[in-house]
Amino acid sequence: MIYLDNAATTRPKPPAVGQAVLAALDDFGNSGRGAHGEALTAARTIYDAREKLAVLFGCSGPERVCFAPNSTEALNAAIAGLFGPGDHVISTDWEHNSVLRPLYRLEAQGGEVDFVPADSGGRINYADFEKLLKTNTRGVVCTHASNLTGDVLDVDRVATFCRAHGLLFVLDTSQTAGVLPIEMEMRGISAVCFTGHKGLYGPQGTGGLCVGTGVEIRPFKVGGTGVQSFSETQPQEYPTRMEAGTLNGHGIAGLGAALDWLNEVSVEKVRAHDLGLARRFYERIAELPGVRVYGDFWTEVRAPIVALNLGERDSAMVADELEQRFQIATRPGAHCAPRLHRALGTKEQGAVRFSFGYFNTATEADQAAAAVRTLAEEL
Amino acid sequence: MAETVCIVTFPATVGAMAMEKACREEDLPGRLIPVPRSVTAGCGMCWMAPADSREALEALVIRRKIHIDGIYDMIRPR
Repeated sequence: MIYLDNAATTRPKPPAVGQAVLAALDDFGNSGRGAHGEALTAARTIYDAREKLAVLFGCSGPERVCFAPNSTEALNAAIAGLFGPGDHVISTDWEHNSVLRPLYRLEAQGGEVDFVPADSGGRINYADFEKLLKTNTRGVVCTHASNLTGDVLDVDRVATFCRAHGLLFVLDTSQTAGVLPIEMEMRGISAVCFTGHKGLYGPQGTGGLCVGTGVEIRPFKVGGTGVQSFSETQPQEYPTRMEAGTLNGHGIAGLGAALDWLNEVSVEKVRAHDLGLARRFYERIAELPGVRVYGDFWTEVRAPIVALNLGERDSAMVADELEQRFQIATRPGAHCAPRLHRALGTKEQGAVRFSFGYFNTATEADQAAAAVRTLAEEL
Repeated sequence: MAETVCIVTFPATVGAMAMEKACREEDLPGRLIPVPRSVTAGCGMCWMAPADSREALEALVIRRKIHIDGIYDMIRPR
């Protein structure tokens, strides 16, 4: 089987990840609950993972790396904790439902939201951010890269806009963490929301948010923290403020091992490999009759994603055929990105997404391209 | 018998972990223990070290910007 659904979750994980999870299942007490050896083993491992993530994302310190089960919960926490009724937020048509639904809920609660529109090619115009600005605009929430087209946001441009108007800037890095540099403090990003199980190669159930210097987020969840037990309110110190309840220590142990692996290989090498395969695949299928590819391939700065359609065929049927005839795993349908599908005119058809990871090979990219060629010839 | 020890408390677990790591890296004495009930602290863990290391620990906390609640001398029954 050729696995080309790495934008959904990378597979396989480096062997050290599973080994770390297994060891943690045997060894870990509950981090922050007690000072015995087993609790400290868990606490040390989790702290190490915070340190590694702080370095990876350019966050000011490990105490501002807050864990969550996934980027969806991190985005919910950031959006609900930074904005409220009366606040205006700017976002884009590129967003995943993990951004859209918290924003729609904010709207239902009396907030205001506007979206920078994507054109029929999926492109956004950065001048539109300025046009959408209102007197009550408080922030921008954006994905770093579209999970549908792989197009990458010009973070510096959006950050400059936010800085110029005193706005908060929340960045969803679900498709870019581990692939592209983030450098949050240097770029002035208020909160970076990340998932552990995609480009970081950790287990599912890991993720979180890095909180920028001076950024105050109202906690989304409150509850047990292992500290300040007699206080009736959630502790204010990060990361405890955002981490009610027992952490996924076993998963975070795996994430820590994944970060060690990533540092050993290097983000640069992973990026070159993944983008190289995506480009190789694209070049072999882009000009085929009947194949329509979405997104901007003029630039090299992309997420390793190629989304396409074959004629008018239902993307779900194409993906099923890719798996049944060619043993290739892809993701069809809407990809939780309704606004961008509408912009591209693919609401009904969906699209077939091929996404590449470090454990894919050039041979696999070529086999996938050959399969697309075969299906295109059969149109 | 009793001994005087130095206790460093923290508002959150992350501070305690930062302290342990910094002390190990700089070869300073001590270990994490549950916070004695006689000491007020946010975090359930505190750093306990010999009383004569207090000055070095204070310098470390400032130098490494470790977020602490306080530093105390405590009589600890043996």
